[in-house]
Amino acid sequence: MITANHYVILSLILLALGIVGVMVRRNFITVLMSLELIFNAANLNLIAFSHRLGDLAGQILAVFVITIAAAEAAIGLGLIIALVRLKDTVALDEASEMRS
Amino acid sequence: MVEFLVSNFEAILFLIIAALTVAAGVGVIALKNPVHAALSLLTTFLMVAVLFVIRHAEFLAAVQVMVYAGGIMVLFLFVIMLVNVKGVRPEGAFMTRWAPLAIVGGVLVGALLALLVLLGVLAAGSGDPTALQTVDGKVVGNTEAVGITLYTTYLVPFEIVSVVLLVAMIGAIIFGRRDAGLERPSGEAGP
Repeated sequence: MITANHYVILSLILLALGIVGVMVRRNFITVLMSLELIFNAANLNLIAFSHRLGDLAGQILAVFVITIAAAEAAIGLGLIIALVRLKDTVALDEASEMRS
Repeated sequence: MVEFLVSNFEAILFLIIAALTVAAGVGVIALKNPVHAALSLLTTFLMVAVLFVIRHAEFLAAVQVMVYAGGIMVLFLFVIMLVNVKGVRPEGAFMTRWAPLAIVGGVLVGALLALLVLLGVLAAGSGDPTALQTVDGKVVGNTEAVGITLYTTYLVPFEIVSVVLLVAMIGAIIFGRRDAGLERPSGEAGP
């Protein structure tokens, strides 16, 4: 029988993968993709507990999370374009100064 | 054999999908080619959508496929192919100084996870799936239930999040403008 526990474990694994990706990778695009993994882990948790508790509020919150993830992706990819125009690279190590 | 498959259908389906999700998630952070990583991320999104369907969140599964697999994924692939992804140094050993601390942290998280499973505090039984399709005591289906709840109980957060989307759109446009003052100064070669 699959219960909410299994979903929590899967969500934790996805969260751990996302955090590792954010911390280890130097490519800005891959870091943003790892952030999307973290958003998906949160959504999985919300859906699992929504089902467990028989409450629609979790699904509503997941809709909001997806909206914020879309906004974050748009802003992040805009930042990538700006960084490429400025430094001609997507390596995060190169973006080490605030002076343009 | 067939009885076993039928009686454990949900568990088998969940285990297969979960394994594919984790494998695709590993691919996102492990693959060197950004396009391959993006396609791996697409697989993760689709697998999570399947898990949503299993948990009676049909509307969310459709939104996941349309917004994530449709919109965000196209945005990612577009940017990957727009920018030059060369110039990223190959990644060697990372944060070797922090390895002991990382191991301690990982073991602690694993112990918490084991405790969670052993106690099973969250797991006892499962909820009533028809509650996710019911509005005012009428069974109407998941999409209608989500819609009615979203536009009545959660109307104010809905409006606020739409403003957030508008602000993000304006911000993205400003970042993408050529005269945003973000070019490197002329006469100075890029690094």
